[in-house]
Amino acid sequence: MEYVIEMLGITKEFPGIVANDDVTLQLRRGEIHALLGENGAGKSTLMSVLFGMYQPEAGVIKKDGQPVRIKDPNDANRLGIGMVHQHFKLVQNFTVLQNIVLGVETTRRGFLRMEEARRKVTELSERYGMRVDPDALVSDITVGMQQRVEILKMLYRENEILIFDEPTAVLTPQEIDELMKIMRDLAAEGKSILFITHKLAEIMSVADRCSVLRKGKYIGTVDIADATAEGLSEMMVGRKVNLRVEKKPAEPGEVLFHTENLCVRNKATGKLVVDNVSLSVRAGEIVCVAGIDGNGQSELVCALTGLAPVESGKVELCGRDVTHARVRERKGLAHIPEDRQKYGLVLDYPLSYNLVLQSYYSPLFCRRGFLQYGAIDRYAEELIERFDIRSGQGAKTLARSMSGGNQQKAIVAREIDRDPKVLVAVQPTRGLDVGAIEYIHSQLIRERDEGKGILLVSLELDEVMNVSDRILVIYEGKIVADLRPEEVTIQELGLYMAGSKKGVA
Amino acid sequence: MKKPKKDFWGLLGGMSFLSSLMAIAVGLLVGFIILLISNPQQALLGFKAILLGGVSDMKNVGQVLYNATPIIMTGLSVGFANKTGLFNIGGPGQFIVGAYAAIYVGVNWTFLPGALHWMAALLAALLAGALWGLLPGLLKAYRNVNEVISCIMMNYIGMYLVNLLVRSTVYNQLKNESKAVAASATLPKMGLDKIFVAGASASSVNSSIFIAILAGIVVYVIVSKTRFGYELKACGFNSDASRYAGINEKRGVVASMMIAGALSGLGGALLYLGGAGKYISVVDTLAAEGFNGIPVALLGLNHPIGIIFAGIFIAYLTVGGFNMQLYDFVPQVIEIITAVIIYFSAFSLLLRGFLQQRRLRREEAALTAASAGGKEEEA
Repeated sequence: MEYVIEMLGITKEFPGIVANDDVTLQLRRGEIHALLGENGAGKSTLMSVLFGMYQPEAGVIKKDGQPVRIKDPNDANRLGIGMVHQHFKLVQNFTVLQNIVLGVETTRRGFLRMEEARRKVTELSERYGMRVDPDALVSDITVGMQQRVEILKMLYRENEILIFDEPTAVLTPQEIDELMKIMRDLAAEGKSILFITHKLAEIMSVADRCSVLRKGKYIGTVDIADATAEGLSEMMVGRKVNLRVEKKPAEPGEVLFHTENLCVRNKATGKLVVDNVSLSVRAGEIVCVAGIDGNGQSELVCALTGLAPVESGKVELCGRDVTHARVRERKGLAHIPEDRQKYGLVLDYPLSYNLVLQSYYSPLFCRRGFLQYGAIDRYAEELIERFDIRSGQGAKTLARSMSGGNQQKAIVAREIDRDPKVLVAVQPTRGLDVGAIEYIHSQLIRERDEGKGILLVSLELDEVMNVSDRILVIYEGKIVADLRPEEVTIQELGLYMAGSKKGVA
Repeated sequence: MKKPKKDFWGLLGGMSFLSSLMAIAVGLLVGFIILLISNPQQALLGFKAILLGGVSDMKNVGQVLYNATPIIMTGLSVGFANKTGLFNIGGPGQFIVGAYAAIYVGVNWTFLPGALHWMAALLAALLAGALWGLLPGLLKAYRNVNEVISCIMMNYIGMYLVNLLVRSTVYNQLKNESKAVAASATLPKMGLDKIFVAGASASSVNSSIFIAILAGIVVYVIVSKTRFGYELKACGFNSDASRYAGINEKRGVVASMMIAGALSGLGGALLYLGGAGKYISVVDTLAAEGFNGIPVALLGLNHPIGIIFAGIFIAYLTVGGFNMQLYDFVPQVIEIITAVIIYFSAFSLLLRGFLQQRRLRREEAALTAASAGGKEEEA
C-alpha cells in the first residue's frame, strides 16, 4: 500500500508532559483520514509536528517513502502540505483573491499580475464546485465562504496533503454537508485529507479510515466501514460512554422566567440585535435557544442576566419585574456564561475564590467587611468533593492552571449550588470533550428534574436535539420557530437557523 | 525582611524574593561600572560609601528612615492602584496637593489645640490627594479616559495650582517658598531624634515613618483580607468576570484611584510636616517623590510590606550616595548612579517578569496543545 505521508514513532515532549508518545500515523493517497481524540489527546501537537511548527524528540516523517525533515511551515508547504486552521488565517480587509495569492503572488518587475491568479482561482472554484466571489472582501462573506477561501488557498498552492483542523465547528448543518461533499471530491481527485475532529457522526459519514489518540498515545487505526460510533468513542475515551442523553419526559410547571417583546439595540451600529423576543421558561423544562453564532444570542443573554440594558420590553423572574434590575438583584437566576475564561472565572484567583465569586459577600463568607477564609476554604473543599473538580492543588489552585473541563465544572458547581430557580446556560459544553459533556448534560437534566427552569443557549445541534424539551430558533435577533425536538429533524432545524424557513410570525 | 514577603509569595511561587535580590544585584553592578568610568581611582571607595553609607552611623540610619517615608507612601499608592489594574502615574500631583493642603492647615489653623492640629493637617492632605485621584478615576470609569493620560495632566494642574496657591496663601517671599508650619502642626519626634544621632547632630527622622509603616499595614489588610480588596483585585484581574458577578467595577475604579491619591497626598504631608526644614519651593518641577513611587512599587512587587522594604532600600542608597561626596564625586554623578541602580533594579525585575510571563504562556500553550494527564479521567 502506498502511503503519501507517514509519521512513525513520533514523540514530542513538553516540560512535564509527553504530548505525543510514539505516535504513528499513515496517510494513503486519495483517502480521507480522520484523526480522533479528546481535547488534549495530542492531535494538535501531532499536526503541528507535521506542519513544521514543532520538532519531535523522536520519530521520522516520510513523504512518499522518503524520510524528510520539516523545520518550518515553509518546508511543509514545499512538500505539498496545507492546513485549514480552526481559526481562519485570513486578512479581513483584503479581497478573496488577494487572500488566496498572499505570499505566492505572481509579479513582473515588482508589479502584481493578478489576471493569471484570477483565472486559476476561477478555474479551481468551478472544478470543485466552491462558489466564491474573488472580489468580495473577506470581512463581508460568511464563515462558510471564508472556509472555502482557506481551501482554495491550499489548492492554489497545489498542496497534495490537506489538513482540516476541526473544520465543522463554525458551520451550519447545510454548510457541513457541503463541506463533506467538497472533501469527497477532493479525495476523488487524488488529494489526501487529514481531518481532525471529535465529532463521531462526521467521521462516520465522510472518512475512510480513522486513527485514534488518547492521552498522547496512539490507540489504533480502524476502517470506518467496520467501525461503529460507540466503538470509536470507546477507543477515544478509554471506557464506555453514553452517547445518548438519558432523560424522562419533561413535566413543566408554572412559568418562572418570562420576557415580553424584549428589544436590545447595539449602541455602535444602531441595529436592533434582539428584536421583539417573547419567551417563557417553565419549572422543570429545558428550553433551548438554538441559532448560528452571532444572531443575537449573546445580547439576549446579557439582557436577561442584567449585563446590558434593555431598550424596550419586559423581563419577569418568578413573577417579579426585573427588566432593569442589576445583576445581584436578579435573585434566583444563575448564569453559566458563554466564555468561561472571560466572564466565568477570575483566572488569576485561586479556585476557592472563584467558587465564591457569586457569594463572597454573603454573611457566610464575609463579616464586617472581612472575608472569612476558613469558611471559604471549607465551602470550596466541599464543592470540589461534590462536583468532582480536579485540580493540581485543590482549593488553592489558580483557575488559570486548570483544564477547560474542570474550569467549566467549577462554574457549573458554583452556579448550581446557588440553588437558583432559573439557570441560564450558554454553550455550557463548548470546547469540552465527550466525558465532560456527558457530565454537564446530566447535571442540567438533574436540575430540571428538581423543578428548575433551564434556558440553554447552544450552537451544537446534537446538544439542541438531545438535551432540550423545547427549541426556540433565533435568527437575526428574532425567534423564528418554537419546536419540539421529537417533531423536527436536524435538517429542518438547520433551515430555520439559516433563516430560510419560518415557523412563527 | 524575608518573612512577610514570603507569605505573600505563596501565590507567586516563592521565587520572587530572590528575583528582587537579583534585580538589586544587577542594579548595583551597573552602578559600579558607571562609577568605574566616571572616576576609576575612587570607584571602590565610592562604591563602599554607597553600599555602607546608610549604616555608617546612627544619624545616617535615621536619615534612611526619613528619606524612605515619602517614597513608601507613593510606592503604596502606585502598588494599590495596580491591584485594580490601574497605573497611577499621578503621584507627583497627588503628593504636592497633599503637601500643600497640610501646610495650609499647618500654617493657618492655629486655633486647633496640640496634636489635633497635625492630625487635621494630615487629614487635609488625605482629602486633597484623594480628590486628585478621584478625577482621573471618574474619567476612567465613566468616560473611559486612560488614567495615565489624565493623571499626567493632573500632575501639571496640581503643580501649577500649588505654586499659585502657595504664593497667594502661605508665601514666604524672601525664599520664594511656603511658610513654616506652626509647631503644633509639626509631626512629633517621639524621641527618635534622641536615638538616631551622631555626635551633636540629630537626624531628621520623626514619627512619620511609623505612619507610613502603619499605612502599609492598613493597605495590606484592605487588599488581602477584606471584601473590598477582593472586589478590587477581581476588577483588576478580570473586569468582565467582575461585572458578571455583579461587582460594580466603575465604583471600584473610582475608589481605588481615590485611595491611591490619598496615600500619595499623605506622603506629601509626612514629608513637609516632618519639621526638617522642608518647604514647598515655587518652582516648575514635578515632585520627584511622586515618580519614585513607581520603582519602589515595582521593586516591592506591588505588595504593601514589600513596598515598605523597597522604600527603605532606595532611601538607603540615597543616603549612601550623599556619603560619596567624601570621595570627590560631584552630586550630579551621585544622583545618576543612585538613579541607575534604582532603575536597573526595577527594570531588571520588570524584564524578568516579562520573561516569566512569556515562559508561562508558552507552557500554557504547550499544555493546551498537549496536556495528556488528568483531563481525560474526569467525570
